[in-house]
Amino acid sequence: MKRISLILLSVGALTACGEATQTLGTKNDATAFSGATNSYVEAGWTAGNKTSWEQHLRTRAQYGQDDHSRAPK
Amino acid sequence: MARMKFICDAERCIECNGCVTACKNEHEVPWGVNRRRVVTLNDGVPGEKSISVACMHCSDAPCMAVCPVNCFYKTDEGVVLHDKDICIGCGYCSYACPFGAPQFPSQGTFGVRGKMDKCTFCAGGPEANGSQAEFEKYGRNRLAEGKLPACAEMCSTKALLAGDGDVVADIFRNRVVKRNKGAEVWGWGTAYGSKQAGQAPAKVEGAKKS
Repeated sequence: MKRISLILLSVGALTACGEATQTLGTKNDATAFSGATNSYVEAGWTAGNKTSWEQHLRTRAQYGQDDHSRAPK
Repeated sequence: MARMKFICDAERCIECNGCVTACKNEHEVPWGVNRRRVVTLNDGVPGEKSISVACMHCSDAPCMAVCPVNCFYKTDEGVVLHDKDICIGCGYCSYACPFGAPQFPSQGTFGVRGKMDKCTFCAGGPEANGSQAEFEKYGRNRLAEGKLPACAEMCSTKALLAGDGDVVADIFRNRVVKRNKGAEVWGWGTAYGSKQAGQAPAKVEGAKKS
C-alpha cells in the first residue's frame, strides 16, 4: 500500500513538471507539408514528404526574395 | 526546419501597400479589416520610414497566453493560428498583441458575432487543407500549396521577407553587409525575443554601476 502511494505521488509530482501542450484540444489541423486538396499546389515537391516541402520552400524563399543572389555580378 | 518568420526591411519599404492589397485579394478579406497594414513613422518628414505590420507569429505569443477559451495553437513551423469555431470574439488578444494584429470583422462568414481574424502566414486554419471551409474561415493555405505568404511574394522591393527564419535572416544580413546600414529590424526583438542590432543591452538586476 505504501509503495503504491509512493508511485502515485511520484507520478503526480512528475506530471506537474511537464510543459503545457500547445496543440489544439478539440480539432487538429493537418500539417502544411501534407499538401492541399486543390489545383493550386505548386509542382516540384512531394506532398507528405516533409523534407521535400522544406527544401522547396527554402529554394523558393531564396530565389524569390534574395535579389543579391539573382543580380548579375 | 526553423520557425517561419517575417522581416520588414524599413530601408526598402516604399509604402506602396502592395502587401496589403495582395493579402486582401488572396484571402478575400472583407471591407474594414486589414490583416496587414503599412505604418509610416515621421510621415512627410525627410527620412520617414515605413514598415509593413501584421501578426508576427511570436515565439511566446501573448495572444495565446490571454485567450480565455484557448482557441490558439502553434504549428510545427511556429505559425500561430486559431480556431474560429472556438473563438468567442472577446478581444483580449487584441489588447495583448504588441502589433495590433487581431481584427474583428462584423460581416462575412461569422457575421456580427465578430470572430477574431488575423494573418495566418497564409497557412489557413483547422479545416482540411485547401478546402472551401478553410478558405471561407481563414483564407488560402499557400503553405500547403508549397508557396510562401502572398504579401512577401508580391512585395515589389522585397522589403517584406517571409519564410524559414534562417533563410530570411541570411538574406537580410547579406543586404545589411552590402549597404552597410539599416540593420534594425523593427518588431523582431518583440516577436522573437532575440537581440538585434541597435537594441540596447538588457539591464541586469543588481549589477554594479561603474
